[in-house]
Amino acid sequence: MKAALIVAGWIAAPVLYMALFPDSLVLASQILLMGLFALSLDLLVGYAGVASLGHAVFFGIGAYGAGLLAANGWGEPLSALVLTMLVAAIFALPVGLLVVRGGSLGRLMITLGIATLVSEAANRASGITGGADGLQGMDVWPLLGLFSYDLQGRTGFVYAWIVLTLGFLAVRSIVASPFGLSLQAIRENPVRAAALGTPVRARLTFAFVLSAALAGAAGAVMAQTTQVVALNSLGVHLSADVLVMLLIGGVGRLYGGLIGAAIFMVVHHWLSDLDPVYWQIWIGLILIGAALAAPDGILGAIEKLRSRKQVAW
Amino acid sequence: MLAQFIGVVLDGIAYASLLFLISVGLSVTMGLMQFANLAHGAFAMAGGYMCVYAMQALGLSYLAALPIAFLFSMVLGVILERLLYRRLYSASHLAQVLFTVGLLYLSMGLAVLLFGPGAQAIHLPPFLQGQIAMFGTQLSVFRAFTIIFVLIVALGLAFVVRWTRFGARIRCSVDNRAAAIGIGIDVDKVMTYAFALGSGLAGVGGALGVQLMGLDPSFPLKYLAYFLLIVVVGGAGSFIGPLFAALVVGVVDTAGRYYAPVLGSFTMYFLMIALLLIFPHGLVGRAR
Repeated sequence: MKAALIVAGWIAAPVLYMALFPDSLVLASQILLMGLFALSLDLLVGYAGVASLGHAVFFGIGAYGAGLLAANGWGEPLSALVLTMLVAAIFALPVGLLVVRGGSLGRLMITLGIATLVSEAANRASGITGGADGLQGMDVWPLLGLFSYDLQGRTGFVYAWIVLTLGFLAVRSIVASPFGLSLQAIRENPVRAAALGTPVRARLTFAFVLSAALAGAAGAVMAQTTQVVALNSLGVHLSADVLVMLLIGGVGRLYGGLIGAAIFMVVHHWLSDLDPVYWQIWIGLILIGAALAAPDGILGAIEKLRSRKQVAW
Repeated sequence: MLAQFIGVVLDGIAYASLLFLISVGLSVTMGLMQFANLAHGAFAMAGGYMCVYAMQALGLSYLAALPIAFLFSMVLGVILERLLYRRLYSASHLAQVLFTVGLLYLSMGLAVLLFGPGAQAIHLPPFLQGQIAMFGTQLSVFRAFTIIFVLIVALGLAFVVRWTRFGARIRCSVDNRAAAIGIGIDVDKVMTYAFALGSGLAGVGGALGVQLMGLDPSFPLKYLAYFLLIVVVGGAGSFIGPLFAALVVGVVDTAGRYYAPVLGSFTMYFLMIALLLIFPHGLVGRAR
């Protein structure tokens, strides 16, 4: 019964949204894709317990991968999506091997260092990436050869929703699988997990690769639907933002990334409309308030309230 | 050729001494509390802007503006530590990241609000301008001043850490917090003092850095990776470690930009990541 309701909700929500707000589909698709990006990070941070300040590297590889394919005559979106996910995964393998070696703070630093390194590389290689001007001349073919991208962003919205749904199902089944359970065991106690015979580094590296592929998918679809790729899609700033989105929503709960992305993007959009110069101050204050009031995110706070109520009864 | 190399190394050392001055406080607070503080650069930026403000609006001399920058960042550090940081010492690293990213954005926004988005410049007093000949090369007087200034501060710090009671308390609290509390050291208070001193030093570093590192509202984010890498590569909680790490970063980064401009900061980042992998607990750190 509950499962049927959830499935109905996942199908009904986009249809309702398209009917009610046909004019704000572009922002909505960006929220969906940032949600997918944050979800990919949740697999890594929330389930495997590997914090990363450089996850935008893989989002950026997806975005530039799809963008470069489209700019060089390969505009077919779905095959490009699969291909860029593969590239992100291949790039993630050596990075993951490095990252999982460190301690908790060390991992944050290594990922931050790699993110800085990659964004510097993209900035330097302006012949390929377009540098600070962004990538020029993308030509994305219609989806399945049938649906071209309209100004309202309907195709982009549906495309983003379908990719998000598939990504969500994938992460859901990964975390419920024996592999996912072993990740959670490692998160809870790496020493004990190793003593039980879990190959800790191999499992964490594999989680890193899966998470990177998913982040690459989010980046690829973002590039294909907006037809813009710029340097900010792989910078440290975006890496910090996506981590913040996940933390606002709550880690290790699947929906946390989606909720956090929606809140962050809407607040960001609203504040930068309201106050284009000083919105950073407000975002900063909101994050500080969130860290103090709800360190486990919104979902964490809700769980706490619920359990408190049960005790009272 | 050799003279040129010496010149590059001296420039690198000047840069390194600034990085050390800013990062050393972060090392102590990260070692004491294992706190993931991504907003440390904001204290350096605050010092830089205070220096600019003191000189331009208050008409003070450069040498008078430096201690003001120190005091300003120190007071800011005490207030924030007492009011906010303190509440998150026992929270998860992730909550600390959320908090300090918020502080980072807030500081950048406030800098735009108060000083505008552009880069700031200050006019050095005449006795800090010009070049001096040294080892067959030219070193700018300001760089020499920076190196000597930081050298004196570093020696002073080394004295405090090694030979004073306060230094002993810091070392004890870093080494074993539980034992420190057990023998009656007020670790909370040590933390506040260490945070104050570290923020103040970062403020002076930011003020000196207006010349060599530049100052604009993106400062704390732009140099975030530098400060954190220096601390983590050096070994959080140590004093000598960040000094080595800062020297490596400063010299390699400067030499890399000079001799291989195509690579930019690559050389430095590669080296840092390699060092971090070879010494996962820092050059002089230990496993915890």
